[in-house]
Amino acid sequence: MYAVRLWSTRHARGLELFYRRFESLLVRLHGIASAIGYARLERPVAGVERAVKGFLFDCQMCGQCVLSSTGMSCPMNCPKNLRNGPCGGVRGDGRCEIKPDMRCVWVEAYHGSQRIAGGLQAMQALQHAVDRRLQGSSSWLRVAREKATVAERSEP
Amino acid sequence: MIFEDEPVPGYPLPILPGHTSPGRLERVLRAGVFAVTAELAPPDSADPEDVYRRARVFDGYVDAINATDGSGANCHMSSLAVCALLTRVGYAPVMQISCRDRNRIAIQGDILGGAAMGVCNMLCLTGDGVQVGDHPQAKPVFDLDCISLLSIARTLRDEHHFESGRKITFAPRVFLGAAENPSVPPYEWRAQRLAKKVAAGAQLIQTQYCYDMVLLKDFMRRVEELGLIGQAFILIGVGPLRSAKAAEWMRTHVPGMHIPDAIITRLAGADDQAREGRNICIELIQECRSILGVSGVHVMAYRQEESVAEAIDRSGVLAGRVPWFPERDRSQPVNRVMQ
Repeated sequence: MYAVRLWSTRHARGLELFYRRFESLLVRLHGIASAIGYARLERPVAGVERAVKGFLFDCQMCGQCVLSSTGMSCPMNCPKNLRNGPCGGVRGDGRCEIKPDMRCVWVEAYHGSQRIAGGLQAMQALQHAVDRRLQGSSSWLRVAREKATVAERSEP
Repeated sequence: MIFEDEPVPGYPLPILPGHTSPGRLERVLRAGVFAVTAELAPPDSADPEDVYRRARVFDGYVDAINATDGSGANCHMSSLAVCALLTRVGYAPVMQISCRDRNRIAIQGDILGGAAMGVCNMLCLTGDGVQVGDHPQAKPVFDLDCISLLSIARTLRDEHHFESGRKITFAPRVFLGAAENPSVPPYEWRAQRLAKKVAAGAQLIQTQYCYDMVLLKDFMRRVEELGLIGQAFILIGVGPLRSAKAAEWMRTHVPGMHIPDAIITRLAGADDQAREGRNICIELIQECRSILGVSGVHVMAYRQEESVAEAIDRSGVLAGRVPWFPERDRSQPVNRVMQ
């Protein structure tokens, strides 16, 4: 919902902190998740993720979430799907060139990023082209699994 | 400007150390002279002569010609084809690549194809939304964005493989460009966005129209603070406004267009508005030259292309230099006499 989406960028700091904790919890649950099987968890977790992030961010389930680098403003709501910053068509009042009823998601992202510690540096990170195969899959599970695997490898 | 190692004037040059392309534009920019590029609107026609006619109006006044890629989301001859026609006679085109109409498979193919046809400059753009053009019913693709496109193009050139990782046997030797718009929000972040484009591989920046010198100077100051001057050559977008009414229409309908009220008032108060529009353009060009970090201007004079040569001439920014064009060395001296 649009109003909730704007609320989320205004509360980017709290949401980001919450996500950090949530993510480390997921990483710690890696053992259990592996025992159950990530493939088996995919559907229910993706369902929850879609509901929660859909409500808060109008999440489009691209499966490679970058909300922490975009001030909690989902870049997939940009009609051009821009993941590296705004286009040159932003209107003078900060509204979208294509959808004038909507504020540019990157103008929102810029405001949200200023509220997150290190948010502006995070916004400078180059985002690679989207992997369209991940559409609809759970970003939470993928990130947790990747981070847990990296941690396992780096243990002596 | 004639380069001493030029085998055939106008045609691809040997690549100098530190250069990435055999193109004239890169040479001119790296030589440190004030560069001029202009925008050619590809015709709604399949006749190559329509392309050459549109290019000839710039003869002797521009270092490179941009061929737009479905600009304003309107259908025209493709940028790749226009550029390939232009290289046949020696012009230095800038091929524009928009992410709106093609996915990464098509775009990477076009980069290889363009380079094979002798195109040395490629400008990576996001593209206008389809709703502003003549085919609002079309599917907007946007598989890539301008920055992921830049990094993919650079990977092709420097690491010799596609985004998929599959190797290519001969890399496209191209000078990579991107656009920027200092005149729209978020203003404070625009220079950061430029930094991102430079980090992704942009060597040339051509901006949107800049009619607001306060915003432009503020932007350039931030660019300087970020240490970007010298990392990319920045060409400022300029163009003549035909009348106050046209300017008003453009700022309401053209995405990313910002024209201050003062300019519109000045146009409205003039007896000959078109002439005043050209005068404003010339003043902007001269002002751009005085800004630290500006390497040139990019003239966009849609449907007024014939006025570009005069504007450049009167601005004096070429300082007597005659950029190469097919008939140059036969028709006139290489340097113009300055008044």
